[in-house]
Amino acid sequence: MAARNRTLRTPAERAWSLALWAVCALVFVFLLAPILAIMPLSFSSGQFLTYPIPGFSLRWYAEFFTSDKWLGGLKNSMIVGVASTLLATALGTLASLGLVRARFRGKGLLMGLLISPMIVPLVITAVGFYFFFSPLGLTASYTGLILAHTALAAPFVVVTVTATLQGFDMNLARAAASLGAGPSTTFFKVILPLIAPGVASGALFAFATSFDEVVVVLFVAGPEQRTLPREMFSGIRENISPTITAAATILILFSVALLVALELLRRRNARMRGAA
Amino acid sequence: MRDTDTLKDRLRRAERMRQWKAFGLIAPLLGFLLVVFVAPIASMMLRSVHDTELREVWPTVTRAIGDWHDRTRVPGEPVFAALAADLKASQQAKSLPVAARRLNYDLRNGRSLVFSTARALPETATSWTDAVTAANPRWADPETWGAVARASGPATGYFLLAALDRNRTATGRIVQAPPEEALFVAVLKRTFVVGLAVTGLCLLLGYPVAYLLATLPPDRGNLLMILVLLPFWTSLLVRTAAWVVVLQEQGLVNNALIWLGVIDRPMRLIYNQVGVYVAMTHILLPFMILPLYSVMKAIPPAYVRAARSLGASPTTAFLRVYVPQTLPGIGAGGLLVFIMAIGYYITPALVGGAGDQLISYFIAYYTSSSVNWGLASALGAVLLSATLALYWVYNRLVGADGVKLG
Repeated sequence: MAARNRTLRTPAERAWSLALWAVCALVFVFLLAPILAIMPLSFSSGQFLTYPIPGFSLRWYAEFFTSDKWLGGLKNSMIVGVASTLLATALGTLASLGLVRARFRGKGLLMGLLISPMIVPLVITAVGFYFFFSPLGLTASYTGLILAHTALAAPFVVVTVTATLQGFDMNLARAAASLGAGPSTTFFKVILPLIAPGVASGALFAFATSFDEVVVVLFVAGPEQRTLPREMFSGIRENISPTITAAATILILFSVALLVALELLRRRNARMRGAA
Repeated sequence: MRDTDTLKDRLRRAERMRQWKAFGLIAPLLGFLLVVFVAPIASMMLRSVHDTELREVWPTVTRAIGDWHDRTRVPGEPVFAALAADLKASQQAKSLPVAARRLNYDLRNGRSLVFSTARALPETATSWTDAVTAANPRWADPETWGAVARASGPATGYFLLAALDRNRTATGRIVQAPPEEALFVAVLKRTFVVGLAVTGLCLLLGYPVAYLLATLPPDRGNLLMILVLLPFWTSLLVRTAAWVVVLQEQGLVNNALIWLGVIDRPMRLIYNQVGVYVAMTHILLPFMILPLYSVMKAIPPAYVRAARSLGASPTTAFLRVYVPQTLPGIGAGGLLVFIMAIGYYITPALVGGAGDQLISYFIAYYTSSSVNWGLASALGAVLLSATLALYWVYNRLVGADGVKLG
């Protein structure tokens, strides 16, 4: 098909296609260049963030992994990320199971409400949390930050798991029920294993949301809860040191891992859907 | 008859039961979000019309001023006496700064007015009208009293009006704020202009890429898709830091241009509009490409082929047959990028100059740096209504199921 098309092309069409490739190549450079440019700088032995790099060194990584500031940020990001992911995934998966069964009026409105944390501008959410949490003593506490991030992350679980469940054959659950399985047995033995890839991608989205979030952290977290993005924020604002490029490179590798995991889960989900 | 009735009833009951169960599954998240997310935002919105600061420290005068009807003249002696009593009481309770701050929002030099009056007020007086006016002649101006009346709460339109650079006179007329105090309409305009420009840039750069990805054979298309998804998944802070490194005075772009001999001294590419546009377009571009791609992927190639076989030139076939079919994608991607752009805070704060800050910056500023929570909430209300209205349009266009990730 592609081969036949190619032979049928006129010179004008070929020129168009060349121009399209050229424009797209430039856009790809624009998308990737800054990310690729920052990584080699983290291996520089010099102080300055410029090319050519004077020599290869891991000193900035050594600094990252020995500094209380950066390690503390990483630790806080992990604590808040994991806790809010667990909460958001549990709440979001339950809600998705209800949403696919729901036929009542106002379901659209309900769905809108459940995903509203994705839509409301972050600064409004953050200021709202700040006003609301202050009198309750929840600012500058892990609890407050985890609750806030759970609210932000749950919609991503709802959207992902609802999409997975739409491809789920409910007859399997009915078959389990007709064979005498109770609702919880049906859920844990039949539904959950089949939707697990979707739930896992939802959890990854939730974790990425919390792990990358900085506006709410700026308003709600205290000095004890400073996360990795929060440290990067002040690093960029005050003076951009090569340690930031090391932190950035670690985060980029982290996103590559996340992307690969999601792609694997997507394939697995597609396979399961094919099998069902 | 009876049997079918009961069967119908039983079915209906079973269905109702099912729906209750479904709702029961949704309830935990719904409850959680209502308490942790909706309540904070609702109370923030309330703050933009709720105003009890002055009422709490000056209970007498804020009540007495309710009897002030002829707003073209100063109020009567009882109101002056009430003001004198409140000034004394709050001086003793050390709550004078609260009243001063609140009046200062709405009244030029309101702070010094409050402090100087309190300082110069005699212990006793036969006419408080004369005593207060002697302490500070500004109390002879009905506009001063108008500000007290507006601050008396409990509900106020003051913050919302201020967020739109509007003000009320003592008689209740809405007037434009003087130019040296007008700030937010310009900020709103800037927010919308930056949002529109970034949306336009994203469309310009994203359309060809989405078209290429959608028309390539799937294996190669998916491979190139990674080039879009990698930046999409990279942390916002990392991308912003990368742009700072690339664009700063000793950064890669400047160094490369100097090395190539294009310029002899570094250009200013960051901490100004250039930086904001470049970084925001970079961050939001995937949000344009992904919806466009999913719409383009679903367009059957047969239409363009038919147009071509009927004699349309490639350009005509593309513009008149292909592009119209991508309009839903343009609408969805455009609205998504615009909605996100007008709410942006971090990126403009880090790569923009003082004159490039969008409305979000001022919401944050009035929350933490200059404490005026009513104004912060009112600006938030303006931004939230714009966002929700646009989202409503987006929803009509795409449907709630159109929210797709990755």
